[in-house]
Amino acid sequence: MAAIMNSKNDSSRNKLPFIIKYIILIIASAFILFPIVVIVFGALKTRGEFMTIPYIPPIPPKWDNLKHILSMPIFWYMLRNSLLVMFTTTLGVVLIASLSAFVFSRVKFRGQNLLFNFFTLGLMFPVTVAILPIYLVIRQMGLTNNLIGVILVQTAFQLSISIVILRNFFMSIPVELQDVASIDGCNRFKFFWYIILPLSRPALSAVASLAMVNSWNDLLVPLVLIDKERLWTLPLGTMQFQGQYGMDLSLVSAFLLLTAIPALIFYLFAERQLVSGLTAGALKG
Amino acid sequence: MKRYPRKNGQIRSLNIHSPWPLKDNLTIVLFLLPAFLFLSLFLVYPILRSAYYSLYNWKGMGPAVDFIGLENFKRLFADQIFLKAVKNGIFIIVFSLAIQLPLAMALALIIGRDIPGRAFFRAVFFMPYVLSEVITAIMWLIIYNPNPNRGFLNAIINVIPFLKPQAWLADTRLVMPAIFVVLTWKYIGLHMLLYITGLQNIPREIEEAALIDGVNNPQMVAYITLPLLSGTIKTSVYLSILGSLQVYALVWIMTRGGPVNASEVMSTYMYRYSFVRFELGYGSAVAIVMLLIALTFSIIYLRLTHREEYLA
Repeated sequence: MAAIMNSKNDSSRNKLPFIIKYIILIIASAFILFPIVVIVFGALKTRGEFMTIPYIPPIPPKWDNLKHILSMPIFWYMLRNSLLVMFTTTLGVVLIASLSAFVFSRVKFRGQNLLFNFFTLGLMFPVTVAILPIYLVIRQMGLTNNLIGVILVQTAFQLSISIVILRNFFMSIPVELQDVASIDGCNRFKFFWYIILPLSRPALSAVASLAMVNSWNDLLVPLVLIDKERLWTLPLGTMQFQGQYGMDLSLVSAFLLLTAIPALIFYLFAERQLVSGLTAGALKG
Repeated sequence: MKRYPRKNGQIRSLNIHSPWPLKDNLTIVLFLLPAFLFLSLFLVYPILRSAYYSLYNWKGMGPAVDFIGLENFKRLFADQIFLKAVKNGIFIIVFSLAIQLPLAMALALIIGRDIPGRAFFRAVFFMPYVLSEVITAIMWLIIYNPNPNRGFLNAIINVIPFLKPQAWLADTRLVMPAIFVVLTWKYIGLHMLLYITGLQNIPREIEEAALIDGVNNPQMVAYITLPLLSGTIKTSVYLSILGSLQVYALVWIMTRGGPVNASEVMSTYMYRYSFVRFELGYGSAVAIVMLLIALTFSIIYLRLTHREEYLA
């Protein structure tokens, strides 16, 4: 503290000039955007152009690569599988997590702390670490090569973080509301369904967008559980596609672009929800 | 986080408010049951089974009968490749903490609260987080391509005098730094975002008061901003360490752990033994070691953050 007090020089407001700040930000943005631009350019070139003039914008753009991929049935299978897994997982996570979070936010009972610790175990174990034992269990259940297996595992590993986020949000809803509701003859389930859930829309959408991104991008679970080509999700198919067509970089770029577009569109619309989910989960967990 | 009084006579204090009798235990059980089943079935049970299999020599066919005690673990800790994987994990953690997080903090401080174009920069830096690790890995494979006619990085280097094109991912010395750059590309935005959120939670009055006291910018950061952000920093350190244990898709797609195991990490090692060689007993032992490491970090983290709460 003394050091602060003693230095009453006038240069105290020598903030980093705006120009320097912007130069740093622009360099950093270029680093982030560079690979993405390379892919977009590459996707719109022919294979030959990618080899001979890789660094120039594609003028005029060639749409053949994109058309080629959109005409592959396997691409549409993968898109359908990914969407199916993502929506089912998200629905399951939101529903199951909000039920538990409601109990932990509104009821006190013996052993609650212990049980809550159990419910947040998933925060400590990333799915990567547990993938082998999970594979064994899913195999035992006969759910390999079945999207249901992928959905179950993804749901399980998204629950803990969602329960923490939702519980914190539910706790901020005043207890008095509960009293009023019960006077009006509202039972516990009705209170949860008609009052808590509608009031919690921001938290629910944060939890949902977090689950959507994680499910959409997950490689390991489908990789381990799915063999059949028709059941591949987009990340799994992207990896296989790269293995198969790795030499044709423009085609690979087009494939990457097409699989990235849904994520980027989603990001455009749900950035706020996603960010609030991430920060709520990280900072209050 | 709000805490309810927990003294003996007051455990049920909330229920005085609650007009519902605790009798509807059935509702509570029904509400908790789905999550409980999911977590038991896909988290706890698999881990226990894995601990069991780690004591066997088992190839995944038929029941595990060849009990070998701790032999798998002995073999594991004697294996140079596994030790290399642990070293690479430590490399990623150390570089993340020493380079990636400070850079994220610098960006967060620059973007701060009110620089024009703030929303744009924030969105750009965070964008890689929503792209999958698969997409990220393949993008960077194209950029790291050793052929200067095709690899963008080498093409740029070719233009600069005194610098020579490198084999990047095929060079045992460069492969880990090259992977670290990709990890930074993907995750720096997440940490920056956490810091920005933390910065927003610092009351403006504190900084204004400090300015009146004649505090300059570096002092402000060192003595006021960073200490107030300590909770956020701890969280991001924890996420970074736990994240380092998870790195899988990036490494597997870019290098398969090569060249000559130079970029092996624990998860690729476990994957190779479990799903390529199908030595499931041995793979289970690797998984258990990874679990114990994750658990240790988590407990340390919880201890640290809880102490904070008591101090506050």
